Amino acid sequence: MRGATHAKWAACAVAVVLAASACGGGGDGSSSGSGTVSASWGDPQNPLEPANTNEVQGGKVLDMIFRGLKRYNAETGAAEDMLAEKIETSDSQNFTITVKDGWKFSNGEAVTAQSFVDAWNYGASLKNNQKNAYFFGYIEGYDKTHPDTGTQSADTLSGLKVTGTNTFTVKLTQKFSTFPDTLGYAAFSPLPKSFFSDHAAWVSKPVGNGPYSIGSYTKGAQMSLVKWDDYPGDDKAKNDGVTLKVYTDNNTAYNDLLAGNLDLVDDVPAAQLKNAKSDLNGRYINTPAGIIQTIAFPFYDPEWNTSGATKVRQGLSMAINRQQITDTIFQKTRTPASDWTSPVLGEKGGFQEGLCGKSCDYNPSEAKKLVQEGGGLPGGQVKISYNADTGSHKEWVDAVCNSINNALGNDKACVGNPIGTFADFRNQIGQHKMPGPFRAGWQMDYPLIQNFLQPLYYTNASSNDGQWSNKQFDSLVNQANAETDTTKAIQLFQQAEGVVRDNMAAIPLWYQNGSAGYSDKVSNVALNQFSVPVYNEITVN
Amino acid sequence: MGRYVIRRLLQMIPVFIGATLLIFVMVNVMGDPIAGLCGDRQCDPATAAQLRAEFGLDKPLWQQYLTYLGHIFTGDFGTAFNGQPVTELMASAFPVTIRLTIVAIFFEIVIGITLGVITGLRRGRPVDTGVLLLTLVVISVPTFVTGLLAQLLLGVKWGWIKPSVSADATFGELIVPGLVLASVSLAYVTRLTRTSIAENKRSDYVRTAVAKGLPRRRVTLRHLLRNSLIPVVTFIGTDIGALMGGAIVTERIFNIHGVGYQIYQGVVRQNTQTVVGFVTILVLIFMVANLLVDLLYAVLDPRIRYA
Repeated sequence: MRGATHAKWAACAVAVVLAASACGGGGDGSSSGSGTVSASWGDPQNPLEPANTNEVQGGKVLDMIFRGLKRYNAETGAAEDMLAEKIETSDSQNFTITVKDGWKFSNGEAVTAQSFVDAWNYGASLKNNQKNAYFFGYIEGYDKTHPDTGTQSADTLSGLKVTGTNTFTVKLTQKFSTFPDTLGYAAFSPLPKSFFSDHAAWVSKPVGNGPYSIGSYTKGAQMSLVKWDDYPGDDKAKNDGVTLKVYTDNNTAYNDLLAGNLDLVDDVPAAQLKNAKSDLNGRYINTPAGIIQTIAFPFYDPEWNTSGATKVRQGLSMAINRQQITDTIFQKTRTPASDWTSPVLGEKGGFQEGLCGKSCDYNPSEAKKLVQEGGGLPGGQVKISYNADTGSHKEWVDAVCNSINNALGNDKACVGNPIGTFADFRNQIGQHKMPGPFRAGWQMDYPLIQNFLQPLYYTNASSNDGQWSNKQFDSLVNQANAETDTTKAIQLFQQAEGVVRDNMAAIPLWYQNGSAGYSDKVSNVALNQFSVPVYNEITVN
Repeated sequence: MGRYVIRRLLQMIPVFIGATLLIFVMVNVMGDPIAGLCGDRQCDPATAAQLRAEFGLDKPLWQQYLTYLGHIFTGDFGTAFNGQPVTELMASAFPVTIRLTIVAIFFEIVIGITLGVITGLRRGRPVDTGVLLLTLVVISVPTFVTGLLAQLLLGVKWGWIKPSVSADATFGELIVPGLVLASVSLAYVTRLTRTSIAENKRSDYVRTAVAKGLPRRRVTLRHLLRNSLIPVVTFIGTDIGALMGGAIVTERIFNIHGVGYQIYQGVVRQNTQTVVGFVTILVLIFMVANLLVDLLYAVLDPRIRYA
């Protein structure tokens, strides 16, 4: 009898567990309705304002709810007119922009020239703390609305003038021939009046002019976007809506995809890359994105700025076996780099395969020779710094160091230098405290060769973290920006890139691919050059 | 009793101040959080300076701490970097984690104590050895392994549960994550109960109760179990705080947007306000749980008095 009692207890407990977990499994299975797509998402770091969003997660939403003057073709990367009727200039410095008629925000308000000018003024104004303010840096009057120090002396950009309901003019501080092509970036999106009149309400539920409008938004958890039926553009959404679910761990998102609980994962975890193809039965995408990884150098450190150091940098570059590392560590989701741009630009856009030449070919004996000729490694050892918290950088840094050590025949030639958090990593870079080379990644803002060179290598440019400076490079970039003929401008940029190569200002490592997986419930899934899914093209089977 | 409670409550003040100060210093030692806000690009100096001023990061640390403490007493826990007040984050995160903790504690009590009583009463029998071996396995396998395995097998391979928990995080969805979270503590509860029961089984009052001819069930539940529960209650009580704070791993695996998730985000983004705010609340919960445990002793054993 005693035994029976206890057995009953145990049986009850088991029954409770089983019944309850069955509830968990069978519960609210209807989060994605018939025509909606559910996709993985990360919590945006900043409030969702166009000029304040500088990371991919917030960018995904902006891409769905906003359309700007231009839009980058998802396949070719070319900047094509979207809201822009025409953008005219005679001197590459003064632009007249005409906005197409008939466009509206999803709240019914018309998109006019004023919508753009107001948005740009807001973005450029220092008091609004917009992290992408520098995008407006070429427009005249930026130094007044956004001085480097102190308070602003103007609230609006003097270079922007509304000349009619649908026209406005832009005056730049310098010639910038490819300026119109930058206007596809989300920071240049128009904003409705409600953004300015009731900002808090707008931020909690943004209103834009794109193919989707926001149905509901629970911060940190989920955003559901619904197709906006009255969208006037010709790139209407081909599904009823998209539900973005926040995941902290891309492994969980991937498991959800495998279990049929999620339709689209746009960040396949590194550990799963090997199985993704067979797991997903071909529903796996691996396409180039506008991202290049490099190793940058602290040129503010006198030891790295000697005349011989160029040879040392070239030697280090030759000591890295890029092919082997991309094949084994990244499962071919990266391609060995042979220039400083990205294949997504295309030949016409300035990508030049093999521009780096012999310096990027693995050649251990030549590497050893060059490093010796250049006076050896500064301090006898290179430390490659990286942030250890995200992005699995440790694996490849260790592999790169291993490759260098083998080539130089010295076990201690190269070591990794992990830094705890990304914030601290950026902090040390900003304070110019790097003890040696450090990892640098560049995700393009817009598919232009200019964007791969000027922000990174121009003297005192915003992302020139190593403080490299070269007069010849600077003057070539200036010439390129002033050149009205695009083909010639790109040639000049490539010449400037040649200067980067000859000095090995940074070691190019590899171009990064975007990887995504999707369920059998959806089709027409593709990634654009920013490795963001083209949500509006996705169809539900 | 009343004086005891007041004394315990007063003792919380220095603990509270010390804990918040420690966390505040630790998060700040990691460097300037604004540096990481602009991605792989340096924030432009003017915007960075203004953001620093907005979050009070331009002031010396002691001043930041005093301002922070001052604000806390008015219920203002500051603002996270994404513009949300930390109290709002707490309001969304704590209910979820509390639900998860309730599920975990429930399993600890029901399964842990049941197994403990069964094995304690049958020491040395095959059941006892089997359960002991099982608890040993559970204790030695880290939570993230149990969690990932449960997710892979139950969620992906067999499809019994969803691999991730939805934004609502209902009790039903939290059963498996709760079980995973509870697993290690559950094993400890089983072992504690077993030892305690086995020890008290031979004590005089049990022999007396049996000799009086009381039914076996009454002897076990009212006499034996009640007295054996004191160490178990202590363990479960302190475990409440540990479970809430330690849910980081489990919450991450099952994508539960609770306290662990927020603290993780706060640490990665080096968001002082979020981390300090959440940890402060956790410290409070921990202390209150400990006080309740101490008070529960008197209920279990009336001989215990508080002065």
